[in-house]
Parts: sequence; structure tokens; C-alpha cells
Amino acid sequence: MAEKIILTHQKINGPDAEVIHEISGVNVFACYQCGNCSATCPAVDFMDIPPHQIMRNLQLGLVNEVLNTKTPWICLACLSCSVKCPRSLDIARVMEGCRNLILRRKYEYFNIHTLDSETRLKLPPIALIANFRKNLL
Amino acid sequence: MRKIGVFVCHCGINIAGTVDVKAVVDLLKDYPGVAYIQDYKYMCSDPGQNLIKTKIKELNLDGVVVAACSPTLHEATFRGASESVGLNPYRTEIANIREQCSWVHHDKAAATAKAQLIIKAAIEKVKLDEELQPVKVPITRRAMVIGGGIAGIQAALSIANSGYEVVLVERQSSIGGHMAQLSETFPTLDCSQCILTPKMVEVAQHHKIKLLAYATVEDVSGFVGNFKVKIKQKARYVDWDKCTGCGICMEKCPVKVPSEFDEELANRKAIYTPFPQAVPNKPVLDSAHCTYFKTGKCQICKKLCPFDAIDYTQTDTFIEEDVGAIVVATGYELYSLKSLPEYGGGKIVDVIDGLTFERILSASGPYGGIVRRPSDGQVPREVVFIKCVGSRDPENHFPYCSKVCCMYTTKHAMLYKHRVPEGQAYVFYMDVRADGKGYEEFYQRAATEDQVVYLRGKVAKLYRENGKVVVTGIDTLSNRMIEIKADLVVLASAIRPAAGITELAKLLKIGIDQNGFLTEAHPKLRPVESLTAGVYLAGCAQAPRDIPDAVAQAAGAAAMVTTLFARDYLYHEPIIAGVNTDLCSGCGICVGVCPYAARSLNRSKGVVEVNEILCEGCGACVAACPSGAAQQKNLTDEQIHQMIKAILT
Repeated sequence: MAEKIILTHQKINGPDAEVIHEISGVNVFACYQCGNCSATCPAVDFMDIPPHQIMRNLQLGLVNEVLNTKTPWICLACLSCSVKCPRSLDIARVMEGCRNLILRRKYEYFNIHTLDSETRLKLPPIALIANFRKNLL
Repeated sequence: MRKIGVFVCHCGINIAGTVDVKAVVDLLKDYPGVAYIQDYKYMCSDPGQNLIKTKIKELNLDGVVVAACSPTLHEATFRGASESVGLNPYRTEIANIREQCSWVHHDKAAATAKAQLIIKAAIEKVKLDEELQPVKVPITRRAMVIGGGIAGIQAALSIANSGYEVVLVERQSSIGGHMAQLSETFPTLDCSQCILTPKMVEVAQHHKIKLLAYATVEDVSGFVGNFKVKIKQKARYVDWDKCTGCGICMEKCPVKVPSEFDEELANRKAIYTPFPQAVPNKPVLDSAHCTYFKTGKCQICKKLCPFDAIDYTQTDTFIEEDVGAIVVATGYELYSLKSLPEYGGGKIVDVIDGLTFERILSASGPYGGIVRRPSDGQVPREVVFIKCVGSRDPENHFPYCSKVCCMYTTKHAMLYKHRVPEGQAYVFYMDVRADGKGYEEFYQRAATEDQVVYLRGKVAKLYRENGKVVVTGIDTLSNRMIEIKADLVVLASAIRPAAGITELAKLLKIGIDQNGFLTEAHPKLRPVESLTAGVYLAGCAQAPRDIPDAVAQAAGAAAMVTTLFARDYLYHEPIIAGVNTDLCSGCGICVGVCPYAARSLNRSKGVVEVNEILCEGCGACVAACPSGAAQQKNLTDEQIHQMIKAILT
């Protein structure tokens, strides 16, 4: 079983949670855990935790745990979750908020200049663009 | 010889499938006393009833036997049909050839023979049936309401506003009940006292309401329409006729006692009113704590009272009230924290119940509306609310849902956040049941706007550590163990019926369910009546309920009372046990066996007399009487002998 959570008001209203709120504009506390987002997500099978668990963890102030999952990167931004949410929460935007926060923190930062030019030419252009984005932030 | 009409019902195939109805008719057409016999497919239908009516008129019948289903179903139908054409209804009898014959047999020949015997017995009974008239009972158009909380107040006002007198009995010195203790009410957050006190004042000013505060019900006798209630007026040691409620006595009294109204968070005096808006706003003296009563010295209140209202010689007095109907609205109390060892057993000061938190939140409460914790007066930053404490726990406490906790906990968490915006509220819950109007929206508002963290799981343990209360539970939504170092823990403990309900129920001869609440006559169709005629239920005495439900039920109970009062007389079934005074030797055996106290021995006449209104016709006296003087009307020994004879010969 995962580690015990020690809840405090500082943790729940911490600065990281505030950043995600700022980026996404979503009040995660409005989520009542119906699970419709996960049920409708076409990519859920490939995620390590489903979207509703992302919401739950954010409610409990577990931002770091969320940022360490692959889920935000598996998200296709197809917006199915946002369309289906009965509380009209834009979960896709929360995913984007998570991705942004990960980028800002430079998790798995990779300097493209360390690659030799031959390898660089073999990379798909989208990978290069994504890497520029990471570098810019 | 009587002219008896016999009507045999097929009840579709219910009877005719097993009993050869035509054969029965054929066999009985020459039976002595039978003037007419006919079968019909559905005797209870309009054409069936019309057949009976027509034949009574046409043939001048003076007795009717309907061979059909159980008398519990259609006896009233057929007696009504007979009565409508002038035949005394008590000369119409049912021969039950369905439940007691066709439904329990397969052999058609045997069932047909048995049906014939059952009908013969009924014919013999009708031959000796007397014409009876229902016993007319007068009604005392005056009601009593027991309990002066919001349900009792509503019931009293509704009845009084219909023009009937009401006696409202309240055991505390003021009406208002628990609602007066509440801070704000869900889901609209109006101030509880602000909406309650106008109703309390209306009670005080209503010329049709007689308010007996600081009084208890000691004895109840009589029956619907005619109850006699003995009430104990507890000694107040203050002459309320002289007292103006100026409050000097309360101000100067040197004795401090933990205030029950403030859940012991503050003190009251030994002479006190529970709260400033009390109705009646006159103090009572608590003799258990008064220095004068304990030592014989002090008397400060007496010396300072400008109206000489203090009277140490007062004693309990008894009052008798005649009423026609009683509404029981005795309310609830919270399950004691002492009974909850898993949550500290009441020994951890900062683990409190919901009513205590109401007082903490209340603007008129001990902390003036600033949220402080009882141990050190600090403003708590982490507050944990635990729901279903004692409720929904059949193994250790009570199986039922206390109904109000989901919403009041939501309200508590919300109000806490309004007062302490930088704090955090956590709610441990098993389910959120927000089933009233505006309740779901209220719950979502607490979660969304006030960011109350709802944790789905029951708290397994809590303990004190470094001035905090450590709460350990699980959140089954994230499947993670949770630990919170709380400053304050509020338990939504189970709603229990108020103390003394068992004794009161015994006095009123009304039922109590397995959880100690009063039993309604029917859970769906008669929710405000008890099984005893004339006794009605309102509020939490019957089941946990919130204010809107309690008010609605009280208004319903009041409507039942006024419906009763709208009649000129009540009518009582005349099938009762009388006394043949020629045979009665006055031995009194029947007096002892009567479960309804309907029989009494008239010593001067040497015979037993019967109160026809109290007699329920159970027949216990008939069986006990050694001389045969006690005889049930239309069920005399002679009739029963003739019925047996008809079956055996």
C-alpha cells in the first residue's frame, strides 16, 4: 500500500496546487469523484493512474505524486473528460497544468545539444519541437 | 322465526374453485330461517351489494349472512349496505368461506361440506343477534402537546390557530428545545434563534395556549377524546406571578453551575433562565446547587428581589388536565461521548459533539461566535469532522442513519471556514446523504467554495499528542491511509430519543421500536399517528429528522387532531361485554382480568359495572366469569352453543 498521507492545511493549499489552479482555472475541490472522466477517457488504459485519481490526489495536496505519473503525458487533450464532467470541470486543462508544472521544474530535462548531429537528424520533428518548448520554459 | 337472507359469493374462482357454490345454495335453501338464498360472482361489487339491498327491502329480511371473504375485508361494506336500507348493521354477519375454507383446502367435496357448515353457524348466530347501536362518546376539544421544541411549538400553534385550546407541557424552564441552541440552520444559513424566537413568542402570547413549563407528565388515563393527564409542576422556588423577569437574582447569585444550554462550555447561576430569549422569560432556582438549600445561608436572591417573588417553601404541585388528543413531541438527545471509547470516551476535551460545536459557532454562545477550542481557547487551524459516530454501526452502537448529521456537518465545516478562512476543514464520511430541498447544492457549495476536504472512510482511532488530536483513517477514494494532527475534532454522534421516552410511552400506551423511538401506526400511510387512538407523534421522538421534516410532521399531527375535533361525537364499536345484573354476584374476578380497566365493582349494588367506552370487547371477562353474568353482545354463550350445534348436527 502506498505511503500514509499526513494532511495539513499548508499541504492542501500549497504553492504547487495554486500554480495548477492558476494555469487551469479549475477548482479541483469541486470534483465529487464520480469517475466519468476516467470512464470516458480513450487513453485511460495506458495511464498509470486514471484522470479522476489525478483530481483526487490534487484535492489531497499530493501534487508531487501527480507530477511523477505518466498520466499527463499520455493525455491526448481530446477533451472527452471536460465535455462529460457533470461539474463542468475542465480536466484536460488540469492535465495541461500538470504538464506545464513538470516542464517548469525541468523533470527529465534533456539538452538536445548533447546529441550528435546524425542522431538529431533521425529524430521526428515533433520531438525536437517538444524539446525546444522544454528549453524555453 | 327470523327471515334471513343468505348471499354466497364465488369471489371469481377464489371460492368457487374449491367450493361448489351452487351445491351449497341448494343444500341450504330449506334450512330453517332462510327466507332467501342466492349466489353471485362478486358479492362486494355494486351489483352484488344491490342484490342484498333489494332483497332486504323486497322480502323484509331481518337478518343477513354473507358467505364470502374474511370480515376484516368486507364486513364494513356489507353492514353498510344493510344499514342503507334500514337493517341494523349488527344483524349482518360474515361467514368466512374463503380464508378459512376454500383457500386452505384442495378436496372440493370436503370444502363444500365445510362451507355449508360455516354458513349454518352464521345463520344460527344471526338468529340471536340483537340490534345494536354504536356507543356515542363525547369529545373534549382540547389538546395536549408534550415537548416544547420546534415540533411541539409547531403542533401547538397549528392546533391553537384552528381555534382549539392547547396545553403545552415542557420539562425545561423554557420552550425552544435544541433548535434554540443551534447557530445557523442548513441549507439557507438563517440564524436559528432568529427564526425560532418569533414562534416562541407567538406561543407565549397565544390566548389558546396554556404553557406549562418546568413540568412533566406523571400519569395518563382515559381514551381518545377523553384523556385525563396528571402533570407535575416542578417547584421553581420563584413565584412567576410576581416575577417580572428583571434578572437581578441571576446577576447577583454567587453560585456558578455549568450551563446545560451552553453544553457546559460556560456557567449559569443557581437561579437562572437557560438563555436570554427564554419563554417564559422567568428564572427557576436549581435547589441541588443553591447555597441556601445546601447550607441554610445566603438568600441573596430573596433579599434583592424587588418583587418578593423568591419562595423557598414552594413544593412540586400536581395539575390535572382534560384533553381529547395528545401530541408527543419529546425530541432527541445526542448519544453520549462517554459511550464512544473508540473516540476518547468524552475524556479528550478537544473532541466534542455537534451540539457543543453549535454553541461554539453561535454568536450568543460562550465564545461570542469566535471559533475557539475548549481546552486552551486557541483558534483551531485543522478541524476534523467525523460522521456516522454511533449511527450505521449495528455491531457496536445503532443500526439506523441519524439523518441530520450529513447536513449539519457540512454546515459546521462551512461555517468554520467562514469564521477561520485560513483554516482547513476535513470531513470523514461513509456517504453523503443530501436528500432535502437545496441540500445537495449546499454540500457541493461547501466542497467547492469552502474547499472542505471530504475523506471517504471511517476514523479508526484518535489520540492526544502534544496538544493535538491525532486522527487516523483511510480515504477509500485514493486508497491511502490518512493522518491529521487536528486542533479540534467534532463528532456527529447518533440521534437518540430523549431520556424518559420509555416511561412516557408506557403511560400513553404507545409502542417503542427496536431503537427506542416511538412507533407510528403505519410507516407510510399513518406516519403521524400512534397505534393508540388520539395519540399523535411529531419530530425526533418518532425518528431522527431535521427541522423542515419535524415542522411538517407536527403540522400533520395537528391536522389529525383538528380532524378528530371536527366531529361531534366519536363512535365506539358496540360489540362489548355487558353484565347481567341478575346473575352477577359481585365477585370481582372480571375486574382483575380486564386489560382495559373498563370494569369496576359497585360495592353498594354488589354488581360489576362496565365503562362501555373503555371496553374493547376482548372477552377476557366472559371467559373468567363463574356465573355467566358477563356476556359479550352478539357473541353470547347461547349463540356460541347454537353455532356449535349447527356444525355438529
